[in-house]
Amino acid sequence: MEFAFTDEQDQFRAVVRRFLSDKSPTTEVRRLMDTPDGFDPDVWRQLAADLVLTGIHIPESYGGAGFGPVELCIAMEEQGRALLCAPYFSSCVLAAGAIMHAAEDDQKSNLLPAIASGQTRAAFAVTEPNGHWDATGIQAIATRTASGWLIDGEKSYVIDGCSAQQLIVVARAAGSAGNAGLSFFVVDPGAAGVTRTALATMDATRKQAKITFSRAPAELLGQAGAGAEPLSRTLDHAAVALANEMVGGAQALLDSAVAYANIRVQFGRAIGSFQAIKHKCADMLLDVELAKSAAYYAAQAAAEGDPQTPGLASMAKAAAADAYMRAAANTIQIHGGIGFTWDNDTHLWFKRAKSSEVLLGDPNHHRELMLQRLEG
Amino acid sequence: MSEPNENDVVAEVRAWLTANWNPELSLIEWRSKLADTGWGMPHWPKQWHGRGLPVRMLSSINDEFVSVGAVGAAATGPRILASVTLLEHASDAVKQRFLRRIVTGEDGWCQLFSEPGSGSDLAGATTRADFDGTQWIVNGQKVWNTSAHHADYGLLVARTDWDAPKHQGLTYFVLDMRQPGVQVLPLKQMNGHASFNQVFFTDAKIPADWIVGTKNNGWAVAMTTLAHERRPAVGVAGVSGEGRTGRAYAEARIESEIANEPYKWYPQRAGRVDLVVPRAKKTGAWTDPVIRQEIAKLLTMARCTNWMARRAAAAQRIGKPQGPEGSLGKLAGSNIARQASHVHTLITGAESMLTGSDGPLDGIIAEILVSVPATSIAGGTDEIQRNIIGERVLGLPKDPRSDAGPFRDIPRNV
Repeated sequence: MEFAFTDEQDQFRAVVRRFLSDKSPTTEVRRLMDTPDGFDPDVWRQLAADLVLTGIHIPESYGGAGFGPVELCIAMEEQGRALLCAPYFSSCVLAAGAIMHAAEDDQKSNLLPAIASGQTRAAFAVTEPNGHWDATGIQAIATRTASGWLIDGEKSYVIDGCSAQQLIVVARAAGSAGNAGLSFFVVDPGAAGVTRTALATMDATRKQAKITFSRAPAELLGQAGAGAEPLSRTLDHAAVALANEMVGGAQALLDSAVAYANIRVQFGRAIGSFQAIKHKCADMLLDVELAKSAAYYAAQAAAEGDPQTPGLASMAKAAAADAYMRAAANTIQIHGGIGFTWDNDTHLWFKRAKSSEVLLGDPNHHRELMLQRLEG
Repeated sequence: MSEPNENDVVAEVRAWLTANWNPELSLIEWRSKLADTGWGMPHWPKQWHGRGLPVRMLSSINDEFVSVGAVGAAATGPRILASVTLLEHASDAVKQRFLRRIVTGEDGWCQLFSEPGSGSDLAGATTRADFDGTQWIVNGQKVWNTSAHHADYGLLVARTDWDAPKHQGLTYFVLDMRQPGVQVLPLKQMNGHASFNQVFFTDAKIPADWIVGTKNNGWAVAMTTLAHERRPAVGVAGVSGEGRTGRAYAEARIESEIANEPYKWYPQRAGRVDLVVPRAKKTGAWTDPVIRQEIAKLLTMARCTNWMARRAAAAQRIGKPQGPEGSLGKLAGSNIARQASHVHTLITGAESMLTGSDGPLDGIIAEILVSVPATSIAGGTDEIQRNIIGERVLGLPKDPRSDAGPFRDIPRNV
């Protein structure tokens, strides 16, 4: 498998990076994380219209730009680096991914163009208060009635669940268990029976909601009862994207740690000249480069439709989570006391690292999955 | 001067091999022909037993050797380090004397750099060479010398000026290993092998003009040798003697057995990641969730390191500037080896206490456990690697030095 990004991909990355360094400085991150919806509608419009990021990986026939997982992951890595506050992961990665994997062609034609253009911000409601990131955790019940499908149950950890204009929900047939009986639905968040409550998230740059459904009307996506496979694919592809976002964040932390180690003087010398600090930075670089290798390889595998993608996705997610968390802890340590203050920016990435560590399943969960998937 | 066409070169070597390759020649007879025509080291200069061809043509020339079943030049291992260093820095007289016998394999070579008192700090060497008016007299000790017990000549770095700063008082010599003042003793390692030697000099002698480079410029010359230690530009290797009949093949088999003997445990040193999953499945450790986590961590490290190397290679292939991923492999390898050793212990349980034929896999697991500590030391310790990464890749400031000024005043091991 080829590992170098093409010149076009490098240029794309440079454009995204420039845009984000302009639109998402930490002053903006701090402003937006204190707002309920947590994003800037103007920046979102530009992201969609000027950079066509919102539909980067969506096929042209469904209104997207027609690129693939590698370009999506470049966009994610840069957003992770800049800590962009936007409903990109929730709408473009999770919800659009769910539709692409689960829906019928005509449903894709109906739903995807609005997401690709950024006009509709959708959210993916799959996980429940039990915190499981696979089919086993889904208890919400979908019932077919004469007037259509109704959903009952409670979803939690729904990213951008309060601000979303559309919900993609996974629920199961009454009496079913495990992989059986799962179906995907579109739900209008304004419909009767849908109640959304914002959750107080430690990472304020990524909003979450608890959503209860009480006989909420829903439209079936794809085949009833056939949701297990698309669910697994949606989560795997999202894990690859998230892993790329995480390595972007880890790189930003490393850059900040190295910059500080170069300017901070103690005992008459820059602290980066002490091996205790220098070696920590070298270990961080190794961590980040290894995690990048896994994240890029998984993105490439997803782009090529490699059957090993699920196992590689789990490996990438686990590697990126550990690298990001270690980078965050080390960056605070290298900054010393100032690194523990609210005014210093390090905690913004630390908190994103911590929530990303468990989002979609923690490293132990993914390492176990990886062994099952790659080694049998 | 225009470069020769690769197709013409391939046709030429093919015709030459057809006319000249004969497996019943002795290795020295055959390699003398290689030295005379330059086909053994085609990228060397024409006047020094090469053909002045670009390095990129080596592989298609080698293909022709393989296709007729011809053995290649002898210039592998320490001989290569000697030849690249001599080609770049030695006088014509020294080149004349040694290069041809490197190609033919008549002489064995070894490196005499590390000392008991200077490991990571190679420039702190205290083996001394004093000029007595007609020749150099060498006293001191070197260590970690692979192949020194077979070597005819050594590449020696010795101190010739004690009042100069430490990097500026070293001289690079060729030393005759077969003389009374040189004593070579094996150095037994903690894993029981003795792959290296210690070499003692007691008034050993070096002719006045066997200096490589110039007096007190030995550090720069040593850098040439070390640069090639990682990525040696070997010549035409041809085929091995394995499974073939003929005098040249038989001699090549013996030669490679001797050359490879010190490296038998190197796969174990790297941790033998390949053994982990099959053994875990066989022993039942595969169902232990704690061990599974450790196995998964190991496989992640190993695969990511492989992908990182491939990223570096792919970037290089399309002409991108080298990224940090090219400098991290050695440090990653240490982490992999340590984690592999840990995982092998978890899988093996009580049998980890046993060695030799009483241990699993006829002692291979035990050999892993007691060989892995070498990985993070040999060829640059992890600590030196982290310094290099921190300073050269990340741009962090260097440690303040405490070894400036005349070498004789610098604190050192006693």
